[in-house]
Amino acid sequence: MLSDQDRIFTNLYGLHSPGLDEAKKRGAWDGTKFLLEMGRDWVIDEMKASGLRGRGGAGFPTGLKWSFMPKKSDGRPHYLVVNADESEPGTCKDREIMRHDPHLLIEGCLLASFAMAAHACYIYIRGEYVAEKHALQKAVDEAYAAKLVGQDNVHGYPFDIYVHHGAGAYICGEETALLESLEGKKGMPRLKPPFPANMGLYGCPTTVNNVESIAVAGTILRRGGAWFAGLGGKNNTGTKLFCVSGHVNTPCNVEEELGITFRELVDKHCGGMRGGWDNLLCSIPGGSSVPLVPAEQIIDAKMDFDTLRNLGSGLGTAAVIVLDRSTDIVAAITRISYFYKHESCGQCTPCREGTGWMWRVMKRMTEGRAQRREIDMLLDVTKQIEGHTICALGDAAAWPIQGLIRHFRPEIERRIDRYSANPHSDPVPMAAE
Amino acid sequence: MANRRLAPAAEQPASFAFSPENAEWAKGQIEKYPEGRQASAVIPLLWKAQEQNGGWLPQKAIEAVADELGMPHIRVLEVATFYTMFALEPVGRFWIQLCGTVPCDSCGARELKDYLQGRLGPPGHVSADGNFSWLEVECLGACCNAPMAQINQDYYEDLTPQSLGVLMDDLAAGRPVKVGSQVGRVSSEPAAGAATLTDASLFDGSRVGAWRKRFEDQAADETDAKGKDEAASSERRAAVDPKPARPDAGRAVGTNAIDAPAQRAAAGQTPVPASTHTESSGVVASGEASGGEAGTQSSLPRGEPPPQPVASGASDGEVAAEAEEARVAKAIAGLPKDASPEQRADAVGRRPPGLDAARGGRADELTRIKGIGPGNAARLHALGIHHFDQIAAWTRDEVAWVGTYLAFPGRIDREGWVAQAAALAASDK
Repeated sequence: MLSDQDRIFTNLYGLHSPGLDEAKKRGAWDGTKFLLEMGRDWVIDEMKASGLRGRGGAGFPTGLKWSFMPKKSDGRPHYLVVNADESEPGTCKDREIMRHDPHLLIEGCLLASFAMAAHACYIYIRGEYVAEKHALQKAVDEAYAAKLVGQDNVHGYPFDIYVHHGAGAYICGEETALLESLEGKKGMPRLKPPFPANMGLYGCPTTVNNVESIAVAGTILRRGGAWFAGLGGKNNTGTKLFCVSGHVNTPCNVEEELGITFRELVDKHCGGMRGGWDNLLCSIPGGSSVPLVPAEQIIDAKMDFDTLRNLGSGLGTAAVIVLDRSTDIVAAITRISYFYKHESCGQCTPCREGTGWMWRVMKRMTEGRAQRREIDMLLDVTKQIEGHTICALGDAAAWPIQGLIRHFRPEIERRIDRYSANPHSDPVPMAAE
Repeated sequence: MANRRLAPAAEQPASFAFSPENAEWAKGQIEKYPEGRQASAVIPLLWKAQEQNGGWLPQKAIEAVADELGMPHIRVLEVATFYTMFALEPVGRFWIQLCGTVPCDSCGARELKDYLQGRLGPPGHVSADGNFSWLEVECLGACCNAPMAQINQDYYEDLTPQSLGVLMDDLAAGRPVKVGSQVGRVSSEPAAGAATLTDASLFDGSRVGAWRKRFEDQAADETDAKGKDEAASSERRAAVDPKPARPDAGRAVGTNAIDAPAQRAAAGQTPVPASTHTESSGVVASGEASGGEAGTQSSLPRGEPPPQPVASGASDGEVAAEAEEARVAKAIAGLPKDASPEQRADAVGRRPPGLDAARGGRADELTRIKGIGPGNAARLHALGIHHFDQIAAWTRDEVAWVGTYLAFPGRIDREGWVAQAAALAASDK
């Protein structure tokens, strides 16, 4: 188990005040000026050395991402945009950072902006997080009042930070959709290239980072990339906030080392599996977008990017959804399908039409009202959506179903057989929605 | 995609205007964005309009926001219908948005849904007393506290049908309610109490500044490393890395480790820019001179990464190589920048005699000498050096000449070309 001394988010549970004075006692804003004086290159090198991989789901190395920004401005301003549109089902970590440790985030914004020569930062927070928005705004105001940020701050690097909020669109968690939304448009993802590092917010070089990736920056720079890299395993370094939800005895958020096993995570922090380990059916280890992993494969698996990828799934945002044997797994995945149907922005045809199609087929399969051959047809359609859309929402909609068919095909077949073994009058077919 | 339409005309109010204080607030929002980018404020303004209008967004409000921001009406209409948090039809005084996505769904959201269905009827309808309307929404991001619902702006977590019922009764009656977890959790800690983050030293400020030790240690280490016995560190290095003398070995970090002739040639430069070399040698010299002083590192400019100590090379020729390098640097310092390799080399040594052609028409395979690649072999051939015994017979002056000519002063010593050539010449006989 990770020692308390190595935890970055020391006020994760809000047991202490999120205010500036308390935050400073916990180590925020400690020697920020010293870190800035070490220079841009040092900051980026240290982040690269830490091996920090983006905490927003894709796991792209953060230091590398920062280094993509143009070294010299061509006259356009640079922007840092923090993605606080936390809406991946199962994920509730950024919320805790923003309401309980907001100063780590604000300090991280300053450090990251400095490394990328940005003088303005927008934090895009999801619309539903009203209390979190107020908490964060309060912390920003405190930082302005203490001259920690602003045009004329004690760090000598002019820097403005703004809190912006959205209005409840999952797709705005995709970086280019987020930028569109921030510009006051519908949140429809842009084609890449050009990448945001060249043409982002208002056509200017922009980097979009997850809240957690930014909020850990201050502590990493203070304690050193080597410290962070020393936690976890190779290519999967550091600590990570895990959001464990579902059928464990005490669901919770917890900061742990990457590479902790699933069993240890649940036993140490979540009071064990509801009904004992034999009751585990499967887990969705990285938010609803990743394929599920059945019990026997997940139970002793290391929770890190590479291990889970090798299991045909992914760490994603480390939102671990645990499902026990009481779960109707086909219905659960159908619910996920509905989510993607609801959240598709409608820009690309395969996703707009495909998510609805998949949901309708899944709904029939939940009852067993389908043909066995339709399982393969469904699988085939998921493959045709995957990779054929502008953003990854098409992939995210396809993967959970692929995971279900990969691991629970007999369950779907059983339902179909049971349904067809009994007499039913066929319901009137539904028109496509 | 969600199918969202404006409320029927009968329900639309005839007009909408921001209240004076909201109009003031709107100005503050617009100021957050660069000039000409006021469209960015569209979501906050629509949000405020919805708040002012009792929780839903009429067509007139959408148009008012568009006019305020100088946007075409259709653009704002697009935004209002795209984002699901804008309610386009009237809602109850308490608008219940129940999260129904998987983590909540698997923890009891279905029972809550049945409860609301039973108490309030189908979603999207305002109850008869005007108090409630409800809707199943997608993940609200409080999954560790599932199941949960958002009522107006507040989150209510860890719900059961019973606690939701009590909550609704209290809200309707205007009694105070507890926002957040309904089972006494502070936030997302384990229900049994947090087992982590219990160390008091995290919160009393005693850890503040502890990290600075890292930078002090680093500075101390670097000064130490400078003064350390070269031989000792060489041995350590040799144990780890049996291949002696990499090109950067023994040089100060100030020199460009990948500053190889091939790269310079590719960049269209003369092999060794005299000035660079002199400068870097200067760093070595000053670093060694002040080796024992603690101030060496801190006097470096802060903007650059602190230099890492580099382990020294490990061959017998090392000492000779170092001396050679310094001597060459000094000797060629006075030459003009565009001096040819021959001119530079002539300044430090004597050109070894060469043959017009290889004896018997067949040159030795010079690349068998460790350190000579195809490029250097070709350049040696051009000098008339074709055989191992020629290299074996080089004098000190000739070694210096060739080393400088090849832009590798000291390397011949470090890699022991002469000794290698002698061995190869003997074995070939």
